[in-house]
Amino acid sequence: MNRLGVYLAGAVLVALVLAALAPHLFTGQDPLAVDSGGTLRPPSAEHLLGTDENGRDVLARIVYGTRTSLLLGFGAIAVALVFGGLLGLAAGLGNRVVENVIMRLSDVGLAFPELLLALVVITVAGGGTANAMLAIGVANIPSYARLVRAQTLAVRRSSYVEAAYALGLTAPRVILRHVLPNAVKPVLVLATIGVGTALVAGSALSFLGLGTPPPEPEWGSMLSTARNFISRAWWYGLFPGAAITLTVISVTVVGRALRLRSEGRTS
Amino acid sequence: MSVVKVDDLRVAFGAAQVVRGVSFEIEAGECLALVGESGSGKSVTARTLVGLTGEGARVSAAALSFAGQDLTALRERGWRRLRGSRIGFVLQDALVSLDPLRKVGKEIEEVLAAHTALSGAARRARVHELLASVGVPEPELRAGQLPHELSGGLRQRALIAAAIAGDPHLVIADEPTTALDVTVQAQILDLLAGLKAQGRSLLVISHDLAVVARLADRVAVMKDGRIVEHGPTAQVLGTPAHDYTRRLLRAIPAEHTKGTRLSDAAPAAPRRDPGEVVVRAEGLGKSFGGRAAVREVSFELRAAETLGIVGESGSGKTTTARIALGLTRPDTGTVDVRGKAWTGRDPALRRDVQVVYQDPLASFDPRYTVAKVLAEALSVAGVPRGERRARSVELLELVGLGAEHLDRRPLRLSGGQRQRVAIARALAPRPSVIVCDEPVSALDVSVQAQVLDLLEDVQRETGVAYLFISHDLGVVHHVCDRVLVMKDGRVVEEGPVETVFRTPAHPYTKELVAAIPRLAAA
Amino acid sequence: MRTLAFIGWRLLAGVGVLWGAATLTFLVVHFTPGDPAEAIVGGEGAAPTPEVLAQVRAEYGLDRPWYAQYATHLWRILHGDFGTSYRLHSPVTQAIGEQAAATVELALAAAVTGLLLAVVLALATAKRRRWLRGLAAGAELVAASTPTFWLGIVLLTVFSFGLRLFPATGGQGPASLVLPALCLALPIAGVLGHVLREALEEVLDEPFVVSARARGLSDTAVRLRHALRHALTPLVTMTGFWVGALFGGAVVTETLFTRQGIGRLLVTAVNAKDLPVVLGVVLLSALVYVLVNLVVDLLYLAIDPRLKEAA
Repeated sequence: MNRLGVYLAGAVLVALVLAALAPHLFTGQDPLAVDSGGTLRPPSAEHLLGTDENGRDVLARIVYGTRTSLLLGFGAIAVALVFGGLLGLAAGLGNRVVENVIMRLSDVGLAFPELLLALVVITVAGGGTANAMLAIGVANIPSYARLVRAQTLAVRRSSYVEAAYALGLTAPRVILRHVLPNAVKPVLVLATIGVGTALVAGSALSFLGLGTPPPEPEWGSMLSTARNFISRAWWYGLFPGAAITLTVISVTVVGRALRLRSEGRTS
Repeated sequence: MSVVKVDDLRVAFGAAQVVRGVSFEIEAGECLALVGESGSGKSVTARTLVGLTGEGARVSAAALSFAGQDLTALRERGWRRLRGSRIGFVLQDALVSLDPLRKVGKEIEEVLAAHTALSGAARRARVHELLASVGVPEPELRAGQLPHELSGGLRQRALIAAAIAGDPHLVIADEPTTALDVTVQAQILDLLAGLKAQGRSLLVISHDLAVVARLADRVAVMKDGRIVEHGPTAQVLGTPAHDYTRRLLRAIPAEHTKGTRLSDAAPAAPRRDPGEVVVRAEGLGKSFGGRAAVREVSFELRAAETLGIVGESGSGKTTTARIALGLTRPDTGTVDVRGKAWTGRDPALRRDVQVVYQDPLASFDPRYTVAKVLAEALSVAGVPRGERRARSVELLELVGLGAEHLDRRPLRLSGGQRQRVAIARALAPRPSVIVCDEPVSALDVSVQAQVLDLLEDVQRETGVAYLFISHDLGVVHHVCDRVLVMKDGRVVEEGPVETVFRTPAHPYTKELVAAIPRLAAA
Repeated sequence: MRTLAFIGWRLLAGVGVLWGAATLTFLVVHFTPGDPAEAIVGGEGAAPTPEVLAQVRAEYGLDRPWYAQYATHLWRILHGDFGTSYRLHSPVTQAIGEQAAATVELALAAAVTGLLLAVVLALATAKRRRWLRGLAAGAELVAASTPTFWLGIVLLTVFSFGLRLFPATGGQGPASLVLPALCLALPIAGVLGHVLREALEEVLDEPFVVSARARGLSDTAVRLRHALRHALTPLVTMTGFWVGALFGGAVVTETLFTRQGIGRLLVTAVNAKDLPVVLGVVLLSALVYVLVNLVVDLLYLAIDPRLKEAA
């Protein structure tokens, strides 16, 4: 991967975070302003990316939707990381019984596809942005638990941990100073890439009408409406999806670059 | 007519010049050895002869020919006709040079399929003949096995069988004996000598002058992409003309280097007399899953003394070292450190037993700088926070480094520097014994010489004792006072290193000592 | 013998996972807020009499203690009875069975297309010229990052409404399978292609590959006979990804292309809070996962015979 690509992806991410925090910097339009006279208008100087079926500015809705979409991705991975991480650490550091219980449970969890598990959570708890985020997060817990456990075990068996014991460091110190940071770091890096997939899963829920409800702007739910107007308004179906893809690409590129760096290979 | 003619060969990868004007010829039935340390360009030179220099390489030469054929203009198809059929290539370490998922016989058959019109059945018969000819017993059985089911020696033989399957004029062997036990090493060298006797030309690449001494007719010494000295083996090894060759020869630890310095010509200071007993092991035994790794091992180690443990892979030497370190609990037997029972738990004794590993890089936390590595070791020794940096500099100076290395990460240090940092860390708690587990096996011979000299200097200065694990008998002979010879988990012979190596009593020790590669002229 | 014992262990592990999955579905039903009897009778607006509710409770065993219900739950699942749909008032297995063929058709078409694309692309571009590798890497990245539902919209815009090459909705002969299958396959091909190419590039640097080249083998022979087999292992271990991508993708694709199938059944069930159907589909996905995993373990042994000893 070349350096320029990584910088570009980084710049996109910075812009996305800015758009999530201060959307008004990127557009002067109101994402909720209905204009019954100007529905489904193609891109123009006034509406750079056209308007939707209620005459709302598509660009404004994409920009204002950034916050929700990023929240879905990052929030879900945060949930998975915290709970999966704790379980994985417990499995990697604990005794055989603890390890076995956690791992067998995660085996069961892994048997369910992410989206399907999320659908179960939503059937029980109902839709909405927060529930969609939690649902995707919960669905990812088993794989993160596995990952963290594998890392913890690898670090525990590493030569530098043995060297620390040979120096005479106590077990809690070795775990705190060497095992934890070295086990968690690569998982954090992988989680960056995970944000992309979680974002896609979250917007898929919205697309199915089970995530963020209208009229709140969110990329997936915009596409959910847009698919009814494919034959008449290509811009409506194109741009929100392009936003998702661009975000996922950027997150992936930055994540992979971080991974290469953390493995000591330069990008 | 010479079989191979190389004139002014240059190879570059990007901006890096790896080979800078190498010229040599190989006659029919002759063996030339290219010798050098890592990065000298010897392997790249060899690979260029079969057109496998590597991705992104720029090759140029005034002449590059094989049996009269100009290789400089050769296209991929032409190279393919040459490879395997007229030039055989043996890579080092057969465990990774044979496809781990394919049967050994298939790998050899591949050559026949590519270069001959033999039928399937005829090919298989030929594979068995070839395996038999390189000394593989039960060739029919072995041909149907996967590489990991074969011992290191058999794998290397199979690889040689694949290289000669096309009946080539020239066989190139890149580090053919590296990673093999010393007795197996000798057998493989004999096998290669047999190929030469059949009239084939041989190009042997090695970092080990002693290994090529018994095989090569001529030796070319490479350094930084150039041949610095080139001549008949006896002449190069006996009366080296170039300063680098002399340094390289002096750096090889062996019987005659004992009591001298390897890395420079300075006279060695006298050794200390051994002091009181610091480690006493009695009746150590350890099994893993029902297999006894160590049986009834006992030894004593005194202050300022170096006790070597030699043995081939699987002999139990590493398990013994781990028991001494307190990292593995023995099933039977006891270890006393400075007269007190030692289980690895007692924090007061923990400081006394330190370790230096074969791979220093893996033994440092990848996030740590040298300063942090040493500070942690000093904290265990109870050095107050404010004094750690100053003490770290002292330690670094003791191992020939300096304050400028403090803020570096081990990844950015050279192999020799890393091992120096590892030694400094081991010294930080002022131990009475350091277990050295193959501490120089991964190093080039000149760096190895520096580290071995350093270990002796440190011992003289601090009186620390070493438990020195190595498969390299030359190294052991050079640094150790006494030696334990291990085989199948038992100590088969022990005593002063001079006695054991000069007048070995046990048949196994005799075999080991006979297999040591020696510099014929030295 | 070893192989048999290995299969035995894997089977046992699979049964364990399924038992866990069944237990999980029980827990979900048991701890879902609201009265299941009311859901069975017909949702919030039905306002059934207490007598009716009591009768339903008795009929469905909802008045019995939890362990008895749990035992019945497991017993039924063991006999292929996944319960009755609240919405359709027919057995869940029947509802799923009616939809299965369409989804299997879609999933198989997509899996084969995705795998083929990935293998061909990776074999053709690994360790080739810089620009070619860059191009392949870029294509994989875009494909893997594109959400199925958007890809579908783009495909529909271009090929159905723009060029009018393929129908926009499903169930109209083979032509109507092309776009949904492609839509499901491309993201899979992106992910698999990336994994495969990285693995290939690593393998092609191995000494045994240099050895094979030094024997005079052609580049194609080296790739096919030596490298591919090694590079396949990481693909094979991605069972979770495969099953997840196909099931999750089917849900989205079927909705988008208004195709019949398990995915649409599921979405409708989620919207109607038809828990038995949702859990039935989830159980089915776990079953598929376990079965595929078993096949994969065997494939794994076939690819890497060294594992027979480890097993």
